[in-house]
Amino acid sequence: MTETAQIQTLTPDEEETVPGISIRNLYKIFGPDPARHVAAVQDGMTKAELNRKHHHSLGLRDITTDLPAGKISVIMGLSGSGKSTLLRHVNGLIAPTAGEVLIDGEDVAKMSPEALRAFRRHKTAMVFQNFALLPHRTVLENAVYGLDIQGEPRSSSTEKARRWIERVGLKGYEDRYPTQLSGGMRQRVGLARALTNDAPILLMDEAFSALDPLIRMDMQSVLLDIQQEVSKTIVFITHDLDEALRLGDKIVILRAGEISQQGTGEEIVRHPANDYVRAFVKEVNRGRVVRLRSVAHPKPAGEDWPALRLPGTTTLEEAAHQLLDAPGSLATVLARDGSERGVVSMDDVMRGMLARV
Amino acid sequence: MASSCWGLPEALCDFPSLSSKSLRLMRKTIDDGFRDLVRQFSDQIDAATRPLQWFLNTLETIFTGTPWFVMLVLILAAVWFASRSVKIALGTGTALLTIGFFGLWEDTMTTLAMVTVATLISIVLGLPIGIVAARSDRAQRMIMPLLDVMQTLPSFVYLIPVVVIFGIGKVPGLIAVVIYATPPMIRLTNLGIRLVDKEVIEAADAFGSSPRQKLWNVQLPLALPTLMTGVNQTIMMSLAMVVVASMVGVGGLGKNVLQAINNQFFTMGFLNGFALVAIAISFDRASQAFGKRLQKHAEVLDD
Repeated sequence: MTETAQIQTLTPDEEETVPGISIRNLYKIFGPDPARHVAAVQDGMTKAELNRKHHHSLGLRDITTDLPAGKISVIMGLSGSGKSTLLRHVNGLIAPTAGEVLIDGEDVAKMSPEALRAFRRHKTAMVFQNFALLPHRTVLENAVYGLDIQGEPRSSSTEKARRWIERVGLKGYEDRYPTQLSGGMRQRVGLARALTNDAPILLMDEAFSALDPLIRMDMQSVLLDIQQEVSKTIVFITHDLDEALRLGDKIVILRAGEISQQGTGEEIVRHPANDYVRAFVKEVNRGRVVRLRSVAHPKPAGEDWPALRLPGTTTLEEAAHQLLDAPGSLATVLARDGSERGVVSMDDVMRGMLARV
Repeated sequence: MASSCWGLPEALCDFPSLSSKSLRLMRKTIDDGFRDLVRQFSDQIDAATRPLQWFLNTLETIFTGTPWFVMLVLILAAVWFASRSVKIALGTGTALLTIGFFGLWEDTMTTLAMVTVATLISIVLGLPIGIVAARSDRAQRMIMPLLDVMQTLPSFVYLIPVVVIFGIGKVPGLIAVVIYATPPMIRLTNLGIRLVDKEVIEAADAFGSSPRQKLWNVQLPLALPTLMTGVNQTIMMSLAMVVVASMVGVGGLGKNVLQAINNQFFTMGFLNGFALVAIAISFDRASQAFGKRLQKHAEVLDD
């Protein structure tokens, strides 16, 4: 593609977001005396050096990110990248060696044990990789667990739990025990338990990683569907980029305890910041990730808007289907407010899908 | 004999020990001091053991005073409710009828009263201590060696201070049994709580549980199978100790065994011994079945 065409591409028309969770210069060192070595790490000591010289292990280095409120943020990384450690800083299960985790302007790391307990009860809920259900409680009793801890009487908590159990597709299983359910169903219970808690922040630690591929897809759809309704600030951990791209409004890629790249799925797929991310992105089906808004051009002067009108958030794959039948293979791309923003041709869409932009 | 010492000087030949005179003085001082101390506090000690005495006597009166067929039905009902197994109930019934047939009913009831009280006290003591040990590594490091001592010190040895303090009778016997039967309860409570799945504990924390909520909602229920093993072991230990405890005046089957040993009454010894075995097996099976039944939710049902 020529230089001029690049310039002509419109800037993506992204939604404005408000940070729900702000992580500032977070460091985590594991070992007997982490505080003593944090200054050295801040001055640039490497993970290997810290391990060799001081026998401390560097978990996270200088993490600064804003996770948008009411959106799904995905923290992606391979095992040992520190993604689960980072997640546990959000609800204070792990305390940082240095740095801040700000939620509603309050630093989680500085809360007293009582304040932290109240914060966990009312502000967060968590879903676990291996479900972490209570084996001696039925599905319904597991779902009300968070409200039990808050001290809500069963008379009202049961009603809320029943609603969410039905919502995740487990109606009729309320009185079963977790061992009587399949893996996918158990994680639905885990999800129902977290949702029944009705906390604004939902933490999901590799929640779908232990599930079969088909069931995993199914659970992703359930989550996206529910998120439409509840708009919670979700932090989702995964090692699977496809899952990250499918779920994440924002993606943070971690490597060896450091942020490798952060941004929307589209940004990461279209402009990988380094070879590490590029290697990940290579196998991605771009047609399902890249949206029309990032390949649209300004309308050439003197022409009419094409008859086919598509929202800017349409994926390229979907747009290609529509364009096949459109006169002149042209479409108008709409902004989020529904006004005309630009045009795309079949050519643009194909180039976008084949990564030749 | 210097010849057995390869001609070495005396200090290397005989172990350099305290002189027998100073040893004797040490023993006498400690024994007398201990005795004086006990004598000085005898009123308080009596007052402290009175509730135990009362508890033990009441239960024994109930067990031996109730007509045998009522007791038989009650025991069988208890066994059946615990195990929900006709086989175990039938086995227990047969054992009890045979015991009664050989004239050991009343002694058996005395022993059962003793074992019941000892087991209850062991659980009441062992459970909280086990919980404390599970919560803090330091507590565990302090408690565990103590348990080793309680379990390996020959029971006859700690019978001596028990008798000095409490005299001869049922209560000192009970205390000896409890010393022996409590360690498994503490150990298995500690182990059970420490073995609870870390992720479930993390879930409890993530939902904001207080330590108390975590204990009651998560740790104890999930440790229940191990706790039941602890109860089972406590019952077995109590049954094993009643014979030794009979040396300080506990009645029942143990006393008969002791008499049989002293007089070489072969038949009497074995009859009473087998009676103890029969009770032990019945209670063991019943309490294990009860533990399994509490875990019914853990079974994967095919449907």
